[in-house]
Amino acid sequence: MNISRVTLFAGHYGSGKTNIAVNYAEYLAALGYPVTIADLDIVNPYFRTSDSEAELAARGIRLLRPVYANTNLDLPALPAEMYDVVRDTDRFAVLDIGGDDRGAYALGRYAPSILEENRYEMLFVANFYRPLTRDAGAALEVMREIECACGIRFTALVNNSNLGEETTPEAVLETAPEIERLSGMCGLPVKMTTVRRRLVPALADSVRHLFALDLQKKYFESFPSA
Amino acid sequence: MAEKVLMKGNEAIAEAAIAAGCRHYYGYPITPQTEIAAYMAKRMPKIGGVFLQAESEIAAINMVYGTASAGYRVMTSSSSPGISLKSEGLSYIAGSDLPSLVVNVQRGGPGLGSIQPGQSDYFQATKGGGHGDYHMIVLAPASVQEMASLTVKGFDLADKYRMTSMILADGTMGQMMEPVSFEHIEVKTYDKPWALTGTRGKRKHNIITSLSLVPKELEEWNFSRYERYRLIEENEVMYEEFMMEDAEVCIVAFGISARVSQNAIRMARAKGIRAGMIRPITLWPFPKAPLAKAADKVRAFISVELSMGQMIEDVELATRCKRPVLLCNRVGGMIPSPESVLAKIEEAMGGDRT
Repeated sequence: MNISRVTLFAGHYGSGKTNIAVNYAEYLAALGYPVTIADLDIVNPYFRTSDSEAELAARGIRLLRPVYANTNLDLPALPAEMYDVVRDTDRFAVLDIGGDDRGAYALGRYAPSILEENRYEMLFVANFYRPLTRDAGAALEVMREIECACGIRFTALVNNSNLGEETTPEAVLETAPEIERLSGMCGLPVKMTTVRRRLVPALADSVRHLFALDLQKKYFESFPSA
Repeated sequence: MAEKVLMKGNEAIAEAAIAAGCRHYYGYPITPQTEIAAYMAKRMPKIGGVFLQAESEIAAINMVYGTASAGYRVMTSSSSPGISLKSEGLSYIAGSDLPSLVVNVQRGGPGLGSIQPGQSDYFQATKGGGHGDYHMIVLAPASVQEMASLTVKGFDLADKYRMTSMILADGTMGQMMEPVSFEHIEVKTYDKPWALTGTRGKRKHNIITSLSLVPKELEEWNFSRYERYRLIEENEVMYEEFMMEDAEVCIVAFGISARVSQNAIRMARAKGIRAGMIRPITLWPFPKAPLAKAADKVRAFISVELSMGQMIEDVELATRCKRPVLLCNRVGGMIPSPESVLAKIEEAMGGDRT
């Protein structure tokens, strides 16, 4: 897989950006690269990159995050050290951008440096099972809104279509034509299709560029479980 | 593609409201329920509905009052401090016998408190946060699917009994993502001959008010309203039993606490402790009868709550204090772990027996 110095994951909120960013950072670390992961999500109050703090630290991955992440305070402030993602060019940076255009505004502050360095890829994460991005047209609308908000163009797509615990191989396969359609509409390649690791054997032969996800955090069992 | 979609609990409420025929939403942003307003802002203009961000929570609830008077299905949503602001309007809506749907995605309190989840608005929701004698139907979802189905149910009950239905969720329920289906949603419609729809000179005008100049008349309004409440207590109680057939300890929990408790019960069963759960789905009307029945069988009850102990009082009342009722709780935005609930189950059984 082609790897860039800076990898940005952006998309509709709830599309799976955080989980993919954490897994991707772990993947780079396993390859032996020095990695920094930056939680730039100033929108989402719960279920954050910061929840994986211990797991990331154990792999030597540096975590940068909003000052008040996971506190009782609803104050979207980013720390000064967040500039390390563009200053510290010896490390690989994985950026988890907040959902939609509103989440992407925070990225605008770092966009000039990222564009100037020009060693980045910005990946649009799509989940066609999310109600407001059910098809390529709706997803493209979100893509353009995000680009306008942060000032960086996407460079590739990630198909992360899933139904959480209920995801089947068929459910993933059914979305393959839709991500190709989005690819045709925006002219960008599909970098990878991300699936839970348990689904990899069933999909390995039929889907190109599979990327296995180990769930970042399991918060609650499904309910009712009976 | 599959008929299911992956949704946040907050989105499921909004989409279900639309499915139920709601075309009027008024709100004001507050974490952790803001996705309801954000979703409505995107969807309502596309389906000919009204999304209006009010200047305050107080304005929003009074817009609900007006729209309900005109006979339309209408909703507002907020989180704990915002619901306090809406309480005056809720009392007026109750006094005017109007249907509405109000969502409270609770956070930790009191005061500004926390953006993390809470269940400490139980008293406010079930005993009436505003002034005067009134009730709301209070529905407590424990999954994203229930966030959807209970929203539809809430609109139906509100219309049927001309009163407010409140969805009492918590921040976790609002933020968590699960697959949801919107198939099998049946929407009921109710005649509203009382609504302010314009007389066109052909009928006597309707009056919507909570004011009566004659004390005896106001007393009669209260009596007839409570007669309706009695019917609701008789006919609309919803609850779910989990492993209660042979249970020696009965957990009572709703919302996220019920999900944590379900795990704890499985852990207890694995250790040979017969634990079970009665999960209220309606918090008002409260499932008094099944709890009273359980009190003849179990050794003890445990109320699991994200509050300093509010629902526990209703458990004690429903069981007439026949058995001890223990409290297992966290507050301030914290959630009890399954292990802590298990420890409480063992305490109720008289210590760890393994």
